[in-house]
Amino acid sequence: MSDLDSFRSETRAWLEANCPPEMREPVRDEDDVYWGGRNASFKSDAQKAWFEACVAKGYTVPAWPKAYGGAGLNPAEAKVLREEMSRINARPPLSSFGIWMLGPALLHFGTEGQKQRFLNEIARGEIRWCQGYSEPGSGSDLVSMQTFGEDKGDHWVVNGQKIWTSYADKCDWIFCLVRTDKDNKYQGITFMLFDMETPGVTTKPIKLISGNSPFCETFFDDVAVPKSYGEDCPGFVGQINRGWDVAKYLLGHEREMISGAGGGDRTAAIGAAMKRATAKEGGELDPILRAELAMFDVDALAYACMGEKFLDEIKVGKAHPAQPNMMKYAGTELNKRRHELMMSVGGSRSLEWDSDDTDGGKPARNWLRTKANSIEGGTSEVMLNVISKRILDLPGA
Amino acid sequence: MPLYHNEDQAMLAETASQFMAEEGAIAKQLRHWRDRECKDGFGHALWKQMAELGFTGILVGEEDGGLGMGHVEAGIVLEEIGRNLTPSPFLTSSVLAATALKHASEDLRGRYLPGLVSGDSVFAVAVDEGAKHRPERIACKAERSGNGFKLSGKKDFVIHGASADMIVVAARTSGSDSDADGVTLFAVPKDAAGMNHNAVRLVDSSMATHTTFDNVELDGDAVIGEVDGGREVLNALLMAGRVGSAAEGVGVARGAMDMTIDYLKQRKQFGRLIGEFQALQHRASHLYSEVEIARAAVIKAQQLLDAGSEKADLMASVAKAKVAKAAGLAVKEGVQMHGGIGMTDEYDIGLYMKRDRALQEFLGDAYYHANRVAELSGY
Ligand SMILES: Cc1cc2nc3c(=O)[nH]c(=O)nc-3n(C[C@H](O)[C@H](O)[C@H](O)COP(=O)(O)OP(=O)(O)OC[C@H]3O[C@@H](n4cnc5c(N)ncnc54)[C@H](O)[C@@H]3O)c2cc1C
Ligand SMILES: Cc1cc2nc3c(=O)[nH]c(=O)nc-3n(C[C@H](O)[C@H](O)[C@H](O)COP(=O)(O)OP(=O)(O)OC[C@H]3O[C@@H](n4cnc5c(N)ncnc54)[C@H](O)[C@@H]3O)c2cc1C
Repeated sequence: MSDLDSFRSETRAWLEANCPPEMREPVRDEDDVYWGGRNASFKSDAQKAWFEACVAKGYTVPAWPKAYGGAGLNPAEAKVLREEMSRINARPPLSSFGIWMLGPALLHFGTEGQKQRFLNEIARGEIRWCQGYSEPGSGSDLVSMQTFGEDKGDHWVVNGQKIWTSYADKCDWIFCLVRTDKDNKYQGITFMLFDMETPGVTTKPIKLISGNSPFCETFFDDVAVPKSYGEDCPGFVGQINRGWDVAKYLLGHEREMISGAGGGDRTAAIGAAMKRATAKEGGELDPILRAELAMFDVDALAYACMGEKFLDEIKVGKAHPAQPNMMKYAGTELNKRRHELMMSVGGSRSLEWDSDDTDGGKPARNWLRTKANSIEGGTSEVMLNVISKRILDLPGA
Repeated sequence: MPLYHNEDQAMLAETASQFMAEEGAIAKQLRHWRDRECKDGFGHALWKQMAELGFTGILVGEEDGGLGMGHVEAGIVLEEIGRNLTPSPFLTSSVLAATALKHASEDLRGRYLPGLVSGDSVFAVAVDEGAKHRPERIACKAERSGNGFKLSGKKDFVIHGASADMIVVAARTSGSDSDADGVTLFAVPKDAAGMNHNAVRLVDSSMATHTTFDNVELDGDAVIGEVDGGREVLNALLMAGRVGSAAEGVGVARGAMDMTIDYLKQRKQFGRLIGEFQALQHRASHLYSEVEIARAAVIKAQQLLDAGSEKADLMASVAKAKVAKAAGLAVKEGVQMHGGIGMTDEYDIGLYMKRDRALQEFLGDAYYHANRVAELSGY
């Protein structure tokens, strides 16, 4: 048996012993997702047990080195773990911006001290992070942001406003873009890390079209951000005034994640499931709707191949560095179409906003939520701009 | 298996790409033969050259003198054929007929494969019996007669039908038109009496026939595979053909896309390169995404087919449908973004549109295959 085969059978056995049956169901609800953090509580004992087993094994962040709370898996092993988890529909034990975004940036740009402290906290789900990039005047044109940090020697005093900060009101720390040099557009931004309980930080939830309030306006009023949190642990990532490099690197990860390229079933075929859904009601799929579903499935199955190809190519350095933008564009547009079709199949039932039948209006709320896919993390238009410029090399793009 | 070419395949791609760009180029082949109203629609000299490089026998087993390679390799050649719009019998002979002959007796293989491998022979495949691909229904009849068969009926859209040395024909030996069983495949030689080819030139300058069979007498040993049990072989050749034509379609899409993006970087209007206009940039980038996704589906289908996976059938239809949409978009955007000159015969972009149209129809269009995706998925 090859090493990888024995790793697979060990993994299978470990999952069998450690993943409770309740955690082998698709995520249906915000509650089903565990985000960690200082104020976190578990929805169930099963959720807690699954989370704790994964932390002990390093499986909240399997590909990170063991020293930073990971399991030190190589890419092939990580793929096996992903496959085995998806085979039993295992839920992610922990979801967090720390894992998806800050972690990769720290692994790439962080000091040893920062890695020791922050990566371990993230892996153990102790600190929940939010992302402070967007400002009211600076969305797509992120680099025009104005939030300013005045240099006071051993600390900055930060003033300004962020917007669309997802879960800012529930998070413990923020990774935040702050202008530290007003004269230099790109090389005047610092990527800072600070506690949301620092005096002067306030948040105000924004209600969405889905009725939920997952994100906030975030205000900074004379917030003192230390330049250092101790030996070899700066309060910023990378170099002062060079935070744009970190932000760009990290946006690549964000786009990859939103595109669903890493797996998950957001881009899977839906026709057969929709047929079963209507069968319960004794209904038939309208022939034109069936045709739309079939065309969608063609696109979804083809996109899944693209996701697989993309990951294979990344592993050997063959993928174009701007390819995540294409994946994000195509994947999010597909996911919106998927939910449009699910609404159509559901008919009037899918319009119900708070009935028990719809589990509190899940179909409609989820449908509305997907509209953000092609906005958050960079809009579809911005993705197309990047493809034009960096892949197709079109003039003046 | 990772979804990119291994080293050997990358080398083959390099060879095929260079060869097709030089010898298979549009001016040298497609336009050359078209402008001479060539009755074959392709050049035999090129076919011989393809044989010298081993291309013709990619899917033929080594024991039969071929290279014994797979659909990934055949697809590499097809993509370059598509990119250069190179007219050749590769798809019908080296992919479709070669796949059918894999199931044939040693005798039939010995009779036909050497000619295919050497580039001396050309084969066609006769499946469709109407203007739309519908292989579920086979009405063409072959009745037992002596120790052989008598073939009657008609076939449409037989590519290279009039030029072929042998035509693989799907006929009914028992049951009724829409039965799965009762279908038999025959290797019908060029000189069989009672065959009539009504040859027509298609929009892409390729040649196809409406072929009729009037009591064509065939020996018992013309049967490929089992009598009445031909459906399995038919499905195998159709699957190979679908994946193959999808690969060629990706080549057509990339050829049209590259030409168009090139044009966007050269043509000036309103004092600017038109490639600077975001209205065109976004469409070009969208097109790029669609073509890349289609390519991924094609290589996945090729690998599944080579691995003998059960999922190959579904993925072959996904690939065929996805490519039809992506290549269709590529040629439409191509002509539109070329403006007025896109409508002229002198510019190649219109030739891509014509080839794409013919390829889309070949072995089932996007609607046919999306419907199949639904059926294979249980709805
Ligand atoms: C659900 C959700 C969660 C989010 N979470 C966070 C978060 O945690 N942290 C954070 O910092 N931000 C977050 N965002 C913000 C997100 O990154 C921005 O909304 C996004 O970058 C777009 O910026 P904008 O909203 O200012 O739109 P604008 O930039 O004002 O865009 C408006 C429209 O103009 C188009 N447009 C803009 N510029 C161009 C151009 N050059 N070419 C063509 N079209 C253009 C856009 O595509 C869009 O259609 C989140 C957003 C959403 C919806
Ligand atoms: C069949 C036919 C008959 C014709 N008959 C006549 C006739 O009788 N008399 C006559 O004078 N002309 C005639 N024309 C010419 C016709 O008016 C032009 O072809 C047309 O105006 C487009 O110009 P162009 O071909 O130079 O394309 P271009 O202007 O080069 O355009 C190329 C591409 O770039 C796009 N583009 C250009 N500028 C922009 C922009 N600012 N923003 C976004 N996209 C842009 C175009 O939409 C097009 O897709 C005919 C054309 C055809 C095809």
